[in-house]
Amino acid sequence: MTISTKSAEAIEKMRAAGCVVAETLELLRELCRPGTTTGQLDAEAVRLFGRCGARSLFLGQPHPRGGRPYPGNICVSVNEELVHGIPGPRAVVEGDIVSVDVGVQKDGWCADAARTFAVGRVPPRVEELLAATAEALQVVRREARAGVFWSAVAGRMQDLVERRGFSVVREYVGHGIGREMWEPPRVPNFIGADMDRDDFLLAEGMTLAVEPMVNLGTRYVREQGDGWTVVTADGRPCAHFEDTFVVRRDGAEPLTRPGPGEER
Amino acid sequence: MAKDVIKVEGKVVEALPNAMFRVELENGHRVLAHVSGRMRMNFIRILPGDQVTVELSPYDLSKGRIVYRAG
Repeated sequence: MTISTKSAEAIEKMRAAGCVVAETLELLRELCRPGTTTGQLDAEAVRLFGRCGARSLFLGQPHPRGGRPYPGNICVSVNEELVHGIPGPRAVVEGDIVSVDVGVQKDGWCADAARTFAVGRVPPRVEELLAATAEALQVVRREARAGVFWSAVAGRMQDLVERRGFSVVREYVGHGIGREMWEPPRVPNFIGADMDRDDFLLAEGMTLAVEPMVNLGTRYVREQGDGWTVVTADGRPCAHFEDTFVVRRDGAEPLTRPGPGEER
Repeated sequence: MAKDVIKVEGKVVEALPNAMFRVELENGHRVLAHVSGRMRMNFIRILPGDQVTVELSPYDLSKGRIVYRAG
């Protein structure tokens, strides 16, 4: 398995795509209020993509096992829905958590990121779930340096999450990203039994979409009848945070964050 | 968008050297599969005719690894 490293020029193009993703996520965070439908979020995202000269990476994405292609522009997954929720008529209500996943291609290069937003007040344990998942992503920023094995970073993410009593999903993983949304390697958020084969050494200029998926209850998930939406097996809430990173000598730099000073 | 770790059911049709196997998947495709490290550690014997779960490499769908033997 060869993992490509990107030129400085390519990384700047990915950062430009990442800016569109970050801006979209900020807009959708504002819109995630009671009464907004998941379809409205999708429509607003597309409008912004158009203004920025970007296109959705998700629309028409082939199904991994031969089902229908993905029909939405973004993924919106509510409460027990983990990832790949299809936007539609569902209106979010106070107390929901909404995971929004946004990926675009601009000028031939891709960026992909996700956040889980709370709509109004949510139970304290759910707040902790969101905080733990976001922190797992911060681990990547510090630990994913050139010369370190990915398993070391994944182990720390897993530790952080499990020590707080949450569980890490195994069926879905992050991925390399560049000209394509899905490039080698697979980027798991846990240490698996097959890590001996899947592990890789981080090198400067590698671009990875890292996306911890964390459940409040059991780690098991299942796919809904629509072929895409993944839900927790026990129906309890789950969180999904993702950024596109470039590996540097002193850590991983996110390409899908707002500029300095704008970050919230 | 998260990447699916693709798992499919299949039947071993041939044992090859180097702990490799030819596996026929439910959809009729034949793939070359090796045995996952964990299964090798536990000395699980795999014989032609066995039902197995194969994890396909997302990058090369003609290759996979056997992660589970049914029964």
